[in-house]
Amino acid sequence: MSSASGTSPAETGRNRRRDSPAVSVAVAPAQPAAFVGAHPIARLIWRRLAIGVVILFLVSVVVFWATQVLPGNAAYAILGRNATPARVQALEIALHLNRGVFDQYWVWISGLFTGNPGQSLVNGLPVWGYVEPRIINSAVLVFVTGAIGAFAGMALGAIAALRKDGWFDHVTSVVVLAVTSLPEFLVAIGLIILLSTVVWHVLPAVSLLAPGSYAWNQPELLVLPVATLVIVIVPYILRMMRAAMVEALESDYVEMARLKGVPEWRVVLMHALPNAIAPTIQVIGLNFLYLAGGIVVVEYVFNFPGVGQGLVTAVNDRDIPVIQFIVLILAAFYVVMNIATDVIALLATPRRRIAR
Amino acid sequence: MAVNAPIAPAARPRPVQRVRRHRWGTLLWSAARTPRGAIGLVLASFVVLVAVIGPFVAPNSPEALVTLAFGKPSGQFPLGGDFLGRDVLSRVLNGGWVLLIMAAIATAIGISGGAAAGVSAAYLRGVSDGIIMRAVDVILSFPQLVFALLLLSLLGPQLWLITITVGVSHAPQVARVLRSATLDVSERDFVKAAELQGMRPAKVMWKEILPNLVSPLMVETGLRLTYSIVIIAGLAFLGFGPPPPAATWGTMINENREGLSLNPWAVIVPALLIALLTIGTNTFTDAFARVAIGVDRRPQEAALIDDLGREPSE
Repeated sequence: MSSASGTSPAETGRNRRRDSPAVSVAVAPAQPAAFVGAHPIARLIWRRLAIGVVILFLVSVVVFWATQVLPGNAAYAILGRNATPARVQALEIALHLNRGVFDQYWVWISGLFTGNPGQSLVNGLPVWGYVEPRIINSAVLVFVTGAIGAFAGMALGAIAALRKDGWFDHVTSVVVLAVTSLPEFLVAIGLIILLSTVVWHVLPAVSLLAPGSYAWNQPELLVLPVATLVIVIVPYILRMMRAAMVEALESDYVEMARLKGVPEWRVVLMHALPNAIAPTIQVIGLNFLYLAGGIVVVEYVFNFPGVGQGLVTAVNDRDIPVIQFIVLILAAFYVVMNIATDVIALLATPRRRIAR
Repeated sequence: MAVNAPIAPAARPRPVQRVRRHRWGTLLWSAARTPRGAIGLVLASFVVLVAVIGPFVAPNSPEALVTLAFGKPSGQFPLGGDFLGRDVLSRVLNGGWVLLIMAAIATAIGISGGAAAGVSAAYLRGVSDGIIMRAVDVILSFPQLVFALLLLSLLGPQLWLITITVGVSHAPQVARVLRSATLDVSERDFVKAAELQGMRPAKVMWKEILPNLVSPLMVETGLRLTYSIVIIAGLAFLGFGPPPPAATWGTMINENREGLSLNPWAVIVPALLIALLTIGTNTFTDAFARVAIGVDRRPQEAALIDDLGREPSE
């Protein structure tokens, strides 16, 4: 790492001023009128947002195409081969299949923007009412997991780096390799065997939360799903934190701090740690992205009423409006988190801030 | 020495292809001789052996009702009965080969599709690059499992479709990694030389660039194989696998978990086999990556590329 990353947090804050010389040089080449003079970071963020909007649009087209247009007639696929013509026709009207492709897309996408993503094909209820509590439950699951996982991963990674080549470091490196290989449903099953059926009986194996109710009413139901996902994401964060911390501890500025007599705890906490956290943030962001897919299996295992379990149920029932809506929500979360990760990483790494 | 040089090259043409083949064979062998590589290879081979030999040595039919539902292990049925009273041992022995074949084909699809996209994006540049990489971005906006579920939602869970879907969901990540590897290689002199000789772009990519991407290609193959097993077993666990009477490890874990306190072996054994297989393939891939690429890569890039198939942004 060059000297740029050696700056302390206080200095990086100051560098963010609008009129810093390196920054104004980078703005110079021809830019759209609206952006002339804008801070390069702001410009980068706007660019990422614009790309994000385009990608979200394309994603919606893919979702629509895959579920509604791809295999000829969706109505036949749902009802089966021996459906009566009358039922097929009724379903075609319900799904707007009797109109043109662009019309169908327009009806769907304008419905989304006016808060009306359609009705479930299974029970005729509005999709929004079915999905809304699930979104909140899943969000609780993801953010609780992310917070615990980020903290645990950074702490364990920092300890492994401080005791480099000690027994803790060796044990974690083997465990990390093993756990990163495991599918999340095996971790979940392992926890169920250990904590709720075969060995001990301390936690409920599946949640009996009624669909439509919120997870925080029974927090003990969150324990196993959160524990599973934390075990799955911690190794990645740990590995990154360890690598970044080792690099920081071997750097010139840490040696300088030690030579001038700064106490060791201060060297670790104030000099090495802030520089190791910056690259780790991006990995934490990527793990949030992973969680968007990881919750599907884990919610199914524990019967946790979130969007993931809703998606599996909807796919089994071929409930197209629900599938479309949930997949789009998950993809939107993915795109937004992706942008947020890039932006935070950009702000946390001083040398990246100088626009290309 | 330098004075005699002009004669030497003409007298002894260098066997280029041979050297390259020898190299990756050597790499595989030296990876297998590291402690990690050896452990990985032994674990994976054990599970593959169980899956391949299993169907021939299974004592009972995997679909016959021969014992009690969730029956305890006994001399005749060492692993007890499953939720319908079928012999768990026979089902375990029969339940692996479908997973292995599907994972192998899905990996092949993902690697060849992703390599073709990534190499041509990097080599052709311009419009092709833009189109291919934007398509990659769009597919990468779906979590892999969600993308697979989306495609399966209407077409139904046929095995060939699951295999293709998983393969397609791998392709974008492979494309990203190989695109950045190709960008390095395509600037080298031997590529320029081939172009000046008038070689067609397709041939340059196939004959000149691809042979130099063997290391990243093989590391990717190992990673994607592990993820294929993870996703295909996971889909089977979710109920999107071979239809009911058939025995597969992922399905067995799901259908027998309600009887965990009666006969845990019906869940533990298939779970353990999947775990050993993925740990084995991943550990061997890790050993191979250390031998072929080295651990000295910058930690950020190594962590980002390996685990989530994304290159570090900018």
